[in-house]
Amino acid sequence: MLKIENIQTFYGNIQALQDVSIEINAGEIITLIGANGAGKSTTLMSISGLEPARHGKITFNGKDITHMDPDKIVQLGIIQVPEGRRIFPYLSVSENLDMGAFLRNDKEEIKRDIEYVYSLFPLLKERRNQQGGTLSGGEQQMLAISRAIMAKPKLLLLDEPSLGLAPIIVQQIMAIIKKINKEQKTTIFLVEQNANLALKLADRGYVMETGRITLSDSAKNLRENDDVRKAYLGI
Amino acid sequence: MDLSYFFELFVGGLTRGSIYALIALGYTMVYGIIKLINFAHGEIYMIGAFTALIIASVLSFTGMNPVLIFLIASVLAIFFSAAYGVTMEKIAYTPLRGSQRLSALISAIGMSMFLQNYVLLAQTSDFLPFPELVPDFKFLKPVEHLISSTSFLILITTAIVMVLLTYLIKFTRTGKAMRATSQDAKMAQLLGINISRIITITFIIGSSTAALGGVLISTHIGQLNFYIGFIAGIKAFVAAVLGGIGSIPGAVLGSFVLGWTESFGTGYISSDYEDVFAFLFLIIILIFRPSGILGRPENKKV
Repeated sequence: MLKIENIQTFYGNIQALQDVSIEINAGEIITLIGANGAGKSTTLMSISGLEPARHGKITFNGKDITHMDPDKIVQLGIIQVPEGRRIFPYLSVSENLDMGAFLRNDKEEIKRDIEYVYSLFPLLKERRNQQGGTLSGGEQQMLAISRAIMAKPKLLLLDEPSLGLAPIIVQQIMAIIKKINKEQKTTIFLVEQNANLALKLADRGYVMETGRITLSDSAKNLRENDDVRKAYLGI
Repeated sequence: MDLSYFFELFVGGLTRGSIYALIALGYTMVYGIIKLINFAHGEIYMIGAFTALIIASVLSFTGMNPVLIFLIASVLAIFFSAAYGVTMEKIAYTPLRGSQRLSALISAIGMSMFLQNYVLLAQTSDFLPFPELVPDFKFLKPVEHLISSTSFLILITTAIVMVLLTYLIKFTRTGKAMRATSQDAKMAQLLGINISRIITITFIIGSSTAALGGVLISTHIGQLNFYIGFIAGIKAFVAAVLGGIGSIPGAVLGSFVLGWTESFGTGYISSDYEDVFAFLFLIIILIFRPSGILGRPENKKV
């Protein structure tokens, strides 16, 4: 579905990604783990077209999207929930959801999808007229994921959804991610620092260090890999 | 205290405030989206007034009904100014997107000087009379010493523009996208909002209301020259900052507060200090509320 081939991304003269290659098949949950500053978020930004790769190629269902405009990429069905959730603080919860559906015109289905996300997160329904900025961190993460669902993603890119949240909320969010993958047949690309969590959820995983992919295997094998256990699982 | 004098000053302030508001909207909306003080915005207002004057002068030879002439001239002025606004954005600001804020600001000041001098050369430096196109409204006869027909027209038009704009910003998809973009442009892009399009729409709206302000004030005062955009632009900018730059209700409120300050200040104290009142008031407000009356403090990102 998504094929990243040897991309190199730069911030000015500083190279953030070096020959990164990742392949994601339809229906999978793939995770990318690595330490802070390894280039995980940059990888997502290159996919979404906000930090286009200088070299290499990204294709989505065979279509070259390496240098496509961000809004065209969203139109293809690649939606990102960026790090830090980025809820619009002065838009209400329901307006935030409307923005998720910005490119859609199917009014009836939008209504149905709103009901769907409210059923996933009943709390959001209670707070639908509240401003996004007044929600707690966990609620904002729920809203961020819901907003992305409203865009009808084929491929959902999640950047550190567990960051800064209480363990119980993290469990809830992970369960929902699994549910979206099963029920909506949405392919998931999950970027996480919390390797333990990510490898439990994912089918396959990639390990990133200083801008390079150093390992890739099934999640099960990665969990049992000695280097991964030492470096990321704290065992 | 003379109540009728007070009321006269009150209406005068309201009229001034309306014109400031029509211009300040452009400042505040553009700032909200691309964080740029568009110093050339006042020139768009002036170009609107000039376009209306030229069209009205041409049409008056046809012996057409003055009201009809006024309407046609206003619509075309809005159309032309919007085109100027969008072109200005494409030429002077788009290439500088992503560079330092200061570069874009200098570019805006350059654009302002260019447009002023362009009109000066293409037209004249003299004050030109603006034809009387607005009839005396009969129903205003009993209160004509308090409110003139053109004042009345300014107040009504501004009110209608405010209602339409509020609806647009609050309830339409484009309006929501504009608000989303001003709050977090990067996230807006990640949801498929085309930022360039939003910026273009913002310039169209801002230029249109400014042009409308230019046409209305010219019929009200009855004359114009190439320089009217500069001082009105500065005042509207003060109004936008006063109300909280980036906030639309703030710009409107700031405009009326400024209009009344000037009107009452000149009426009760001295007309020599008209501009002093405006800036004194700005300084006082900013000491106590640095982000303006309705402004939000800048988000500090960790």
